[in-house]
Amino acid sequence: MDPLQEILRQVVGYVYPNEIELHWGLLIVIYPYITGLVAGAFILASLVRVFNVRELQPTYRLSLLTALAYLIVAPLPLLAHLGHPERSYEIFITPNPHSAMAMFGFVYAWYLTVVLLLEIWFDYRKDLVVWSQQPHGWRRWVHRLLTLGVTDISAQSLGFDRSAGRFITIIGIPSAFLLHGYVGFIFGSVKANPWWSSVLIPIVFLFSAIVSGIALMLLFYLLGTLLRSKAVDMACMDKLAMFLFYALVLDFSLEMLDFIHRLYEAEESIHILSLLVSGRLFLSLVILQAFLGTLIPLLILGLISPALRRGGMVNLPDELRRLLYVGSAVLIQIGIFSTRWNVVIGGQLFSKSLRGLTVYKMQLLGMEGLFAAAALLILPLVLLLVLIAMLPPWAEAETHPTGA
Amino acid sequence: MKDEGPQPEASGEKIYADRRAFLRTCAQGASAVLFILQPRQGEAAYSPRDHFYGMGIDIAKCIGCGRCADACKKENDVPREPFYFRTWVERYMINDQGETTVDSPNGGIAGFPAATNEKGMLRTFFVPKLCNHCANPPCVQVCPVGATFATEDGVVLVDKDYCIGCRYCIQACPYGARFLDPRTRTADKCTFCYHRVVKGLLPACVEVCPTGARVFGDLRQRSSPLERFMRMNKLQVLKPSLNTGPKVYYASLDGEVR
Repeated sequence: MDPLQEILRQVVGYVYPNEIELHWGLLIVIYPYITGLVAGAFILASLVRVFNVRELQPTYRLSLLTALAYLIVAPLPLLAHLGHPERSYEIFITPNPHSAMAMFGFVYAWYLTVVLLLEIWFDYRKDLVVWSQQPHGWRRWVHRLLTLGVTDISAQSLGFDRSAGRFITIIGIPSAFLLHGYVGFIFGSVKANPWWSSVLIPIVFLFSAIVSGIALMLLFYLLGTLLRSKAVDMACMDKLAMFLFYALVLDFSLEMLDFIHRLYEAEESIHILSLLVSGRLFLSLVILQAFLGTLIPLLILGLISPALRRGGMVNLPDELRRLLYVGSAVLIQIGIFSTRWNVVIGGQLFSKSLRGLTVYKMQLLGMEGLFAAAALLILPLVLLLVLIAMLPPWAEAETHPTGA
Repeated sequence: MKDEGPQPEASGEKIYADRRAFLRTCAQGASAVLFILQPRQGEAAYSPRDHFYGMGIDIAKCIGCGRCADACKKENDVPREPFYFRTWVERYMINDQGETTVDSPNGGIAGFPAATNEKGMLRTFFVPKLCNHCANPPCVQVCPVGATFATEDGVVLVDKDYCIGCRYCIQACPYGARFLDPRTRTADKCTFCYHRVVKGLLPACVEVCPTGARVFGDLRQRSSPLERFMRMNKLQVLKPSLNTGPKVYYASLDGEVR
């Protein structure tokens, strides 16, 4: 049976006939989730580079590589979702200057090439030169290629690398804000949709991006350290948890502001949106996003991280604290994914006639199905492993100029 | 001079013959020039600059027969499934408790089932819907590649060969007037039957409407039926607060209609 016929029978109230089918599905949920991780991971790296948070140094390079791995995957869900992916180049050659979406290619290209690739290159340049001079191993050829023929590692040249890297990071912070704020703008600027149309959406997106990026790096740092059988730097973990808490407080405050503002203004759309939140979005918004993904982690991090009091409000042994940090970070990932779901899917479940609700039937197979989405979420992890193999981000892999 | 006596007659004939030949040549030349310069029928004869189209809908006249929605699907080869409509008809039923029920079974193509409970019904009416061909079209604003555009004569169209199928325009339309054609995987919508209009014909939905509830016309011509409709009625457009500038004007529109 035609899946749309089945949806038609589950429609509640009245929806315009063309609205029965959801036009943006799971892939478009993944897109802001992934770009959020990119922006968040980069902002974490900039805490080290620009704001000199020394405890976070062990996560610096890993954050940059993570941002790169996710950024490479970011356009794929969009591409797979297009009715005509073979025409996607038209966005570059004949962009409509009035369209927010047309700017995607340019924002993306700017962020990828000017910010991430350049920063990674300047940061790794010295190591690349040293690694390329290793007597054996196939990787030295890759490293030699990546030096782009620049092999000067004199103190003066390394000094230039440092200041260039710092300068790029300073440009990178507004660029990361631009990248994810822009994704928020794509939704926030749709005046036809009262669930999306809010000036706060880009800002909410940004802070949720920072939250998701820090939580992801906490997980990756711990995983990377444990897998290499190294000692976990608890000062670093505590600092990550602390920033995670602060970002979460800001994110939650903004979400609440948006929520209260809507409730207080109680515009024409309030009835249908209340139905939406108390019905079709109850699990993903109230339970997953607000309760499990925000309130529980806020409580845990507030109590055990050094965010509110040095040593934490409750002093726990390292292992237990680490475990709770991991638990919070996982809950936060689930919460942020739900946030993206609630924005993208939630925004299409109610009719623009404000008189009814439709349903979303996820497919399993096909370009926009569950398996394709899962593959797109696994792909950055594979890319990250390749990047880590090529450009080890760990402290012990770093070289010193004297060793060259 | 004498032997030239008979000549005037002969020369007169010659002159007449020359004149005839001259006129024939002129006529041939002129017709050749006219043939070359003649306007190509239907194309060059139609100048978009001279028109600006809109539609008027008189709610009081609509009987909900759904012939417009059916004619539209036939004329424009719109998929017959009940999820794809360039135009459809909604029925509003408002009871004395102030509760509003709206339905549009299969876009109203086969008409509407009898109301289950007519007791306590305050008022009920039909509302034909279609693309509003907005003066500030949000769909045109958001299209990343410019595949959807407004013509000079005020019609919003989609270039099927250029649309990338991102569906941002469908999200941006406040009226639910767009859908993704499952066969071409590109956005589709009402064109005001542009292929008919440029030939001087009426859109299919207007052509078949048995009560004259739909009035199509040119906003640039004072003599057009639409101009008359706009002079004779108090008008309202859908969702005016969104500032989209719809060019589908409703007479006797109820405040419950969204």
